Amino acid sequence: MAKIKGAVVVNKERCKGCELCVVACPSQVLALQPTEVNDRGYHYAFMQNPDACIGCASCGLVCPDGCITVYKVKL
Amino acid sequence: MDINEIIKPENLVYTKPRLMNDNPMHYCPGCSHGVVHKLIAEVIDEMGIEEETIGVAPVGCAVFAYNYIDVDWIEAAHGRAPAIATAVKRLNPKKMVFTYQGDGDLAAIGTAETIHACNRGENIAIIFINNGIYGMTGGQMAPTTLEGMKTSTCPYGRNVALNGYPLRIAELVERVDGTCYVTRQSVHTPAAIRKAKKAIRLAFENSMAGKGTSMVEIVSTCNSGWKMSPVKSNQWMEEHMFAKYPLGDLKNV
Repeated sequence: MAKIKGAVVVNKERCKGCELCVVACPSQVLALQPTEVNDRGYHYAFMQNPDACIGCASCGLVCPDGCITVYKVKL
Repeated sequence: MDINEIIKPENLVYTKPRLMNDNPMHYCPGCSHGVVHKLIAEVIDEMGIEEETIGVAPVGCAVFAYNYIDVDWIEAAHGRAPAIATAVKRLNPKKMVFTYQGDGDLAAIGTAETIHACNRGENIAIIFINNGIYGMTGGQMAPTTLEGMKTSTCPYGRNVALNGYPLRIAELVERVDGTCYVTRQSVHTPAAIRKAKKAIRLAFENSMAGKGTSMVEIVSTCNSGWKMSPVKSNQWMEEHMFAKYPLGDLKNV
């Protein structure tokens, strides 16, 4: 089976930390920053577990602010 | 494989739609408006009708929609978006005209304009965001507020004896002859978002084809008004809103 690997880039200044991407991710890749905040004071999302990402773009679809860009490669 | 090797333009699978600009949106974190804005921008881009599209923005939270999607917009008076859209579409029959309205705008002050525009069968698409509350003004009761739902003007829950029943606009306009497509969708999961996008696309195609009025009702959340986290309000919507506002196509001719 071809292995698929994805990567997520979060525009952290645009992110409002709503957590919808964290819940939508089927492989628990994303999390909100526990301590750090962006310029507007939101705990932005980041890839906590980057190896598990499959590039399904669920996080990008549910993001209301369009902060998420998803990349995917077949290995 | 290193992350930086994956992050290349040729591996891109999803990004912010081209027509959505970089202005930071004023919506609260987790607001459904953002998702619907994205879908509209994607659909317009995919259909290649960027130059043909005229949107009519409402009064309500989406009043600044024209700041976020790079197409032509008109700002309507409260509730009068379908009336403005009627004029725009009649004067520019080749344009794709859509309105974007919330439930305070469409279901309360604009009920007459909406029903009559639908009844005349104006070739416009109406995107109706139903979150059961007046979000912009501070969470007051709307006609679509659920029975027993607490808002700032009915703090003990909506009492049917005093405030009447929740108004189901989609069922109402489904009965009039001018509508060609009436559907109710939601944007709480990736699957629902894909379905909603298809519905918006069909509505826009109907507007271009001159088949009649299309209405896409999007059952959405207002986490600030509902006083819940975005994730909780999605769950609450699934448990409570969908019972009164079931998803699916009501009419497609």
